[in-house]
Amino acid sequence: MTVAPVMIRCYPARYWERRKEQDVSINLKVNGKAVSVDAEPDTPLLWVLREDIGLTGTKFGCGVAACGACSVHVNGQIMRSCSIAVGDVAGKSVTTIEGLKSADGTLHRVQQAWIDTQVPQCGYCQSGQIMAAVALIQQTGSPSDAQIDEAMTNICRCGSYPRIRKAIHAATGKAAAAAQNGAG
Amino acid sequence: MADSPTPNLAEAAAPTPAKKKGFKRRAFLIGGVAVAGAGLFGIKLSDSRAASKAAALTTGKGEHNFATWLKIAEDDQITIYSPHTDIGQGSNTGLAQMLAEELDAAWDKVRLVSAPGEPGFANTGLARGFLGEMSGQSGIVAGIPQSFMSLIARSMDLQITGGSSALRYTGQVTFQKVGAATRLALIEVAAERLGVPAAELTTADSKVLHAKSGKSLRYGELAAAAAALSLDSDPQLKSPKDYKLMRTSVPRLDLPAKVDGSAQYGMDFTVPDMRVATIMAAPVRGGKLTSVDEAPAMAVKGVEKVIKLDNAVAVIAKGYWSALGGLRALSPQFSDGGNAGISTASIFKAYDDLFAKGEPADEAGEGDVKAALGAKPIEAKYQVPFLHHAMMEPFALTAHFKDGKLNLWGGMQDPLASKMFAAKVAGLDADNVTFHPMLIGGSFGRRLPMYMEIVEQVTMLAMQLPYPVKLIWSREEEVAQGAYRPQSAAILRAAIGTDGKIAAFSNDYGQPESAESETTFIYDLPVVARRYYEYASNQQAGAWRSVNSTQQGFYNESFMDELAHAAKADPVEFRRKHLKPGSRHLAVLDEVAKRSGWGTPLPAGVGRGVAIVESFKTIVAHVIEASVKEDGSPKVLKVTTVVDAGSIVNPNAAAAQIEGGTIMGLSSAIGEAITLEQGVVQQSNLTDYPILKLADAPAVHDIHFLNSGAPMGGIGEPGVPPAAPALANALFAVTGKRIRQLPLLTQAKA
Ligand code: FES
Ligand code: FES
Repeated sequence: MTVAPVMIRCYPARYWERRKEQDVSINLKVNGKAVSVDAEPDTPLLWVLREDIGLTGTKFGCGVAACGACSVHVNGQIMRSCSIAVGDVAGKSVTTIEGLKSADGTLHRVQQAWIDTQVPQCGYCQSGQIMAAVALIQQTGSPSDAQIDEAMTNICRCGSYPRIRKAIHAATGKAAAAAQNGAG
Repeated sequence: MADSPTPNLAEAAAPTPAKKKGFKRRAFLIGGVAVAGAGLFGIKLSDSRAASKAAALTTGKGEHNFATWLKIAEDDQITIYSPHTDIGQGSNTGLAQMLAEELDAAWDKVRLVSAPGEPGFANTGLARGFLGEMSGQSGIVAGIPQSFMSLIARSMDLQITGGSSALRYTGQVTFQKVGAATRLALIEVAAERLGVPAAELTTADSKVLHAKSGKSLRYGELAAAAAALSLDSDPQLKSPKDYKLMRTSVPRLDLPAKVDGSAQYGMDFTVPDMRVATIMAAPVRGGKLTSVDEAPAMAVKGVEKVIKLDNAVAVIAKGYWSALGGLRALSPQFSDGGNAGISTASIFKAYDDLFAKGEPADEAGEGDVKAALGAKPIEAKYQVPFLHHAMMEPFALTAHFKDGKLNLWGGMQDPLASKMFAAKVAGLDADNVTFHPMLIGGSFGRRLPMYMEIVEQVTMLAMQLPYPVKLIWSREEEVAQGAYRPQSAAILRAAIGTDGKIAAFSNDYGQPESAESETTFIYDLPVVARRYYEYASNQQAGAWRSVNSTQQGFYNESFMDELAHAAKADPVEFRRKHLKPGSRHLAVLDEVAKRSGWGTPLPAGVGRGVAIVESFKTIVAHVIEASVKEDGSPKVLKVTTVVDAGSIVNPNAAAAQIEGGTIMGLSSAIGEAITLEQGVVQQSNLTDYPILKLADAPAVHDIHFLNSGAPMGGIGEPGVPPAAPALANALFAVTGKRIRQLPLLTQAKA
């Protein structure tokens, strides 16, 4: 007996119906630099960043906007780049994890807080977590625990959540609201 | 384990792919024990060739190698090669701390890199550690010369990360000794150069010091001469009271690259001309590819080739997006391998039938349990689902075959076994295959050598392509083709005597492999039976973080709670009564009760639950405070954890492991399940395989290490098993409803 394959249920049908489109030249700004790429407009921004522009800090985790590993800022807004078409960001400004440091190489205070708090384990989700945290802090100044709960919806399979919370508070100059474990 | 086949050494010395060798979850243990008893001493094989090759591979001009694992450069830079893949546990930082401690190295000039997948870097310490632990005959192990131990490690392609073993075995058995022995060699050279007795010399910060004359020599100046000396194989190690690096929370070495996007994972590897492939294997595991019309994929822009494998179809394209589009356009037909009748329900039914038949495949315990249980034991049936690892980085492996040589780049838990397996698949001599380990975005057991289908797939693709190819599994493929923690069920029975103590306890469990050699039953009971009923579905029996201890911990610790209530006793008091006085377990339990405020009043609607499990020689107890949200789902408010891992190398990194392990245990208990219908996995992505998010992680987690000084246990896994039962027991305290099936969420909804 043969069985029908389980379809790859990853992207909405509109992506596939419009695949006949040709490459077009798309201009965008990435980490402050003007970039022009030739791509089908419906290609997810994630793959253009990773494969065409060579910025691999933005990660692929699920492809369906479920995990947040691919989070970037588009015109300052947090977005899951696996689920935005590159055509839709034409003319816009994209910031990735590689663009957070200042020109002299100093880490962004959120990145520094991530090291000080020893947040990452495998680290694979952390580009996305940091981008989400930076956006949250830009929006709220100094987020409360409830705001962190609501905004920080990226998955970390290693379970670094308690430290993510602590690092966000540290980056905004607040001592961790949640009592952190005393190690030993 | 006595019934495991004894590999003969000729076979063992010519490595075969993991699959063919019948690598099972613990085969690296089983094989090791068998080899030790198999006339190993008759074999004359020197490991010096492999070691010198490994040293040559890693040592450049102005650098000097010590015992393969350590390199000291003339500018004092110290490089340590780790055979372990740091999957995120921080174990490589711990290993570096152990070696640098004994060496008295200046920490700011220590770096650690992954050892190449080469036989010279086979993990001798691991072989020795597992042999001792699993054979229970440390005397035998102590008597095996180091060179034979290397041979065992090499013949088994042991370069694995698993079993919470890195610091316990590699660290203690190898790295501390290498550090100490190298230090002695450096002192010996310094004594000669300064013309003073070695006894007058001390070491610190990568220098040998002579206090009397005020003279000192840098390690870099001494390295060349010291490297020519033969190292003491059994040097005296430091006393813990003299530790400067070990037992401190030095920052992890790998984190800077993990916050600025520069860390390179297997997924990130790129070379010029590289193509990207993605793949779909038979949806019913065991099935084969029967037919596929390639045309629809070839019509997709960027697609260059469709390759048919025995049980899968792959699309090769310019980039992942095109490859995925091509794959999505195909309508491949697969056979079902005769497995279309397998479902979640059929597996539970198979266990039920076996329990009813009452003929276990294996049993352990003591006493006449049937008689002691009597006619009316307390009885409960528990069921748990398959669990997906959900490592954040889906599988991605690059391979390139050119001029007779095959190179692979990516992250696997055993680079050496991966290399050997690729060589076998490609039909190449191992010398012509190189595996380049890259960072791993999580693993939790998924990347162990028993489940290396991606190595086979990418090797087969690369062998027929003129350019490098990176094979990426979609998350859908990752979810559908897992090496899941097995679906399992158990019937627990007990009788309570008039003294309020357990008179008899039995655990009949069904799963694809026995849990006996690997799980620890901690209670001291007069009559106990653990009976294993064997049933394997079409799924691989996966090793999921903490392996059998997840389900066995849930069964035993939930049932202990049931028994406490049946005996009208407090759950902590009840457990205390059944633990040996003076035992480490009792100390952990008492400490967690004290720290959690066990017995103190709680707000209405909040309950406390306790659970204690030993796994990988580490004892962990959690007390969880939880409530039930309006939608019926659980809310974990606070976790108090006490850990006795013997001793801890890096307290902060260890705490991170316990935090993460606890969250993974809670996540699986609350919402995770892989289910099968007609042999096909029903879940498709992280949308329908829900993983706990930050808002639902414990707001407060108090972690305390006891450091009893017992032999060092693992730290990456043992936080997981007590999480599910502690939560279920807390919810029982709130609702009065006993949870006997996981995940909780399906119950909450029902
Ligand atoms: S990869 Fe975009 S959300 Fe998961
Ligand atoms: S650090 Fe591993 S997934 Fe977050």
